[in-house]
Amino acid sequence: MAETLRTIEIECLRFNPESDTAPSYQTYSVPFTDDMSVLQGLQYIKDELDGSLSFRWSCRMAICGSCGSMINGVPQLSCHTFLRDYHPGKLRIEPLNHFPILRDLAIDQTDFVRNKLPAVKPYIIPKESQALAQGEFLQTPREMHKYYHYSECINCLLCYAACPQYGLDSKFTGPAAIALMQRYNADSRDAGRAQRMDLANSDHGVWGCTLVGYCSEVCPKGVDPAHAVNQNKVASTLDYFLRFLRPNGDKR
Amino acid sequence: MKRSNAPVFWALFGAGGMLAALIAPMLVFITGVAVPTGRLLPADAMSYERMLTLARNGFGKLALLLVVLLFMFHGGLRMYHSLHHLGFHTGSGAKAVIFGIAVLATIAAAVALLAVG
Repeated sequence: MAETLRTIEIECLRFNPESDTAPSYQTYSVPFTDDMSVLQGLQYIKDELDGSLSFRWSCRMAICGSCGSMINGVPQLSCHTFLRDYHPGKLRIEPLNHFPILRDLAIDQTDFVRNKLPAVKPYIIPKESQALAQGEFLQTPREMHKYYHYSECINCLLCYAACPQYGLDSKFTGPAAIALMQRYNADSRDAGRAQRMDLANSDHGVWGCTLVGYCSEVCPKGVDPAHAVNQNKVASTLDYFLRFLRPNGDKR
Repeated sequence: MKRSNAPVFWALFGAGGMLAALIAPMLVFITGVAVPTGRLLPADAMSYERMLTLARNGFGKLALLLVVLLFMFHGGLRMYHSLHHLGFHTGSGAKAVIFGIAVLATIAAAVALLAVG
C-alpha cells in the first residue's frame, strides 16, 4: 500500500547560548508517514531542512532515555510519540522543563547525574561483602518482585520535568532518584537502608513531595515514582517515631 | 542532614484522610440531608437529647474529639500544600496559622466535651 505523505508543522524552541540572549521558536514543515515518530520528524529537520538544530537521541525505542522533551507542553520521549496523533494540528517541541538549556532541545542533566543520583546510593550495599568465589547473592522471584518495576527506570528525567516541586526548588531529591532509593531499599540483597535514611528523612528527601502524582503519569516505563515516595513517607514516619524506642536513638 | 518534622503532620494528615474517606461523605449525608429533610431518617434522630447522650458517653466523647482533631489536621495540611501549589510560598508563617487553628479547634472541642459532663 502506498503511504500517503502528509505535512505537519513542527515548532522547535531554539537557543544558542553563544549568540542568543533568550530562546525563540522556529517552525518547520515536515512531511511524514503514519509510522513516523516525533524523533523521526526532528531527524528529518536536521537532515533535510536545518542542520543546526540540536537534540539528543540514541536508541529510537524508549530504552535509552535520551530523547525526552516537552511535546505540546507534556514531557514525553520523542521516539515514543507519533506525528500522526498531532496532525492536522501543530506540534511544539521544547526542552524538558526545570533544567538549564545547553542548546536548542538539549538540557543540562548535571544536577541529576552529579547530585541526585549519587545521593541515594543507587547500588547494592551488602550486609557483609562476599568474595567472588563464595558465589552470587540468591533471591527468590517473590523478593525480586518487590523492587523490579522500580529498576526499570531509564533516567529519562520526564518525571523531573513533570514535578512542580522540583521546578519550585531544585534541592528536592525528586521522583526518579527516590524511586531508585526504594529500588535498592526493597532489594533483599541490600542492607544500605540506614545509609539512605538521612536523605529520605530530610525536607529535601521524601518530604519535599506533595503527592501531585504527575511523575507517575508521564513515566514511560511504568516505574510509579509517586508510589515509591509514598512508601518512603511511611518508612520515614515510622523511623521518626520509632527512634524514641530505640536504645541508641537516632544513631541506628 | 537535618531531620524534617513533617512526619508529625503527615501522620495526622494520613489518619484524618483515612477517617474522612471512611465517614465524611456519610456524615455530610446524614447531618445535611437525611435528618434535616426527615424522609430517610426520623427528624429527631439527632435531637438535642440524643446528641447530649452521645457527648456524655466516654466512647462518644473520644469519637467526636477524633473526628474534629483529625479532620482539622487533614484539611490543614491539604490547605498548606494547596497554597504552595497555587504559588503562595508562605513557609512557616502559614503553617503556624493553619495548624494553630487546628490546635485551637481541638482544644475547643475537648473543653466543650468536658463541659457537657
